[in-house]
Amino acid sequence: MEALIQWLVMTFPPLSEGLARFIVYVLYSAVLAFVAPVIIVVAYTYMERKVLARIQDRIGPNRAGPLGIFQGFADAIKMLTKEDVTPASADRIVFNLAPILATIAAILVFAVLPVAPGVIGADLQAGILYVVAIGALSEVAALMAGWSSNNKFALLGTFRAVAQLIAYEIPIVLAILAVVVATGSMQMSAIVAAQDIPFAVVLPVAFLIFLIASIAEIGRCPFDLLEAESEIVAGFHVEYSGMKFAFFFIGEYMHLFASAGVATTLFLGGWRGPFAGPDSLLGVLLGFVYFVIKTTAIIWVMMWVRGTLFRIRIDHLLDFAWKFLVPLGLILLVTVAIALKLPVLSTFVLRWVALLVANVMTALLMVIAVVALARRSRSAALREVAGIEY
Amino acid sequence: MLSEFAFVGVLVIFATMLPVAGLAVAWLIRPKKPNPIKQSTYECGIKTRGETWVQFRACYYVFALLFVVFDVEAAFLLPWAVAYQQLALYAVIEAIIFVAILALALIYAWRKGALRWI
Amino acid sequence: MTIEHATQIFAFVILTLMTLGGGLAVVTSRNLFHAALFLILSLAGVVGYYVLLDTGFLAVVQLLIYIGAISILILFSIMLTRGLMIPGQVQRNEQWWIAALVVFLIFVVLVVALWQTTWPIASEEALHTPNVAIGQLGAALVGPYAIPFEIISVLLLAALVGAIVLARELENHSARADAETGE
Repeated sequence: MEALIQWLVMTFPPLSEGLARFIVYVLYSAVLAFVAPVIIVVAYTYMERKVLARIQDRIGPNRAGPLGIFQGFADAIKMLTKEDVTPASADRIVFNLAPILATIAAILVFAVLPVAPGVIGADLQAGILYVVAIGALSEVAALMAGWSSNNKFALLGTFRAVAQLIAYEIPIVLAILAVVVATGSMQMSAIVAAQDIPFAVVLPVAFLIFLIASIAEIGRCPFDLLEAESEIVAGFHVEYSGMKFAFFFIGEYMHLFASAGVATTLFLGGWRGPFAGPDSLLGVLLGFVYFVIKTTAIIWVMMWVRGTLFRIRIDHLLDFAWKFLVPLGLILLVTVAIALKLPVLSTFVLRWVALLVANVMTALLMVIAVVALARRSRSAALREVAGIEY
Repeated sequence: MLSEFAFVGVLVIFATMLPVAGLAVAWLIRPKKPNPIKQSTYECGIKTRGETWVQFRACYYVFALLFVVFDVEAAFLLPWAVAYQQLALYAVIEAIIFVAILALALIYAWRKGALRWI
Repeated sequence: MTIEHATQIFAFVILTLMTLGGGLAVVTSRNLFHAALFLILSLAGVVGYYVLLDTGFLAVVQLLIYIGAISILILFSIMLTRGLMIPGQVQRNEQWWIAALVVFLIFVVLVVALWQTTWPIASEEALHTPNVAIGQLGAALVGPYAIPFEIISVLLLAALVGAIVLARELENHSARADAETGE
């Protein structure tokens, strides 16, 4: 951003720096708020439907345009022209405000994503914490939606949704803590700069925790109990129709891209790649291309998981978060902190090897612990139910 | 530093304009034919009875409180993590004590059955 | 007056309206849920104040903890203990004028105290070195302030244990009440 501002000040002499900064900010914000949602939602809903279809051995959308690529626009037109049925007893102001807040929260995350070398909206010092905080804002939107619908199902759905969202926020923060310990800064650009070796290779357990918890934060399968048709009939957005529902949907896909983008930045090296750098325009464009490719790869993995795994019950979901992911995250943090302070580390390579070893040990420890606990509870259940000694 | 948050402020303004504009366009285009049956609360096709309330289950509150505790813990551990590379080993030990006490809190909640979603 | 200075003053005015207006709406609103939402608005105003004071980390932590965790706690307790759409009561009783008088006196005392104090103002270079701030905070937490750091964890443990004990009593109480009414 700074480079662009300086270039503007140099090429257009009457512009002061403040005004150039203002113009750049307004342009980039307009792109993030108006262009990015449309492109992301249209492209990734199409990709999702095609990927899921191929996993399920069918073709997917192929009517709207060649290969079905205009399906997203068709859906948008449908949502725009649907009648908005608002329940008579709903709380009007809060009811209308909830999808707006959800969309705002989804768009605000993009402000700190380093999408290309030197292109980052706000390189906040507490950048990565900002991402988590904005996620917390969308929980408030869910509460508002559920309450104002004045519907028992919506209220139940809201409690479950918020319980799921807050349960999976802690593992995300713990994985981020591991990355910050390895980097020494919370700035997104510093985290990208510290990844000569991508952190996914060095901190694989943190990467897995972050990925699983992100899928749960977005509310996708296998954690999509909140919108399951057979369980709770669309959960807290049961009373929403038309464009308001569309905005919850848009918020979910924006959140998907944002989470994948954050995962790319933290663990896959962001925009780094051969010949990508802030020196030339080609380097910047290449960096952007690498970023989009890596993010799409992570989104593809998330869609793959969706098409493969079954939906998890609410109590299993919460158990998985509090009794597995949080202890795993804490143990990981402790081992990473100890591993990086061992006096044997003199070279750069040894540091990363120590981290990798710490991660693998943590994973093995957890697997052994879980297997032992599972065997114990299974034998207890068998003894109780059938009198079998296992 | 302040200018970066100015970007966030500008983005908030633009981000508010998108859903408002979308909803305004939808309001202009869509049909408006309200009738009392359409506008009644959805309850799988039957009429609602009684007030809308949910029975108090203490487990909801305990989960939220557990989240607050771990959130505050994370907020304290983050500055430590940023300063990590300049700290000596004893600082790491102190942070481990901090984490251990809060892990104790989680184990207590687990053993007392507060983590069950009934 | 530069553009930056003008924007800061404009932002300060908007934030003051948000914080004070939100606070006023919390105590005068008839709908309890709306009051909680206005509280969230007020806390968001405080986030803006932290930003204006150039402490980005505190702003984000305020957003994360107050709006992301404590507000949800408050909203949960409201939603769990109140039926929806109960016609709200006016938040006043007959002795409101005594309360107004006391509050006004406290306000006068605070204003006089704030006016009389000489506030130390940081030097210019101290104002413009934000980059080491979070690291310094971290080092301070395990250096001079290590004991309060550990006491905080004990405090959080105590809060959680207390809440779980209370919640179990409530569960027993409601389970017993259910059993009695069920018979």
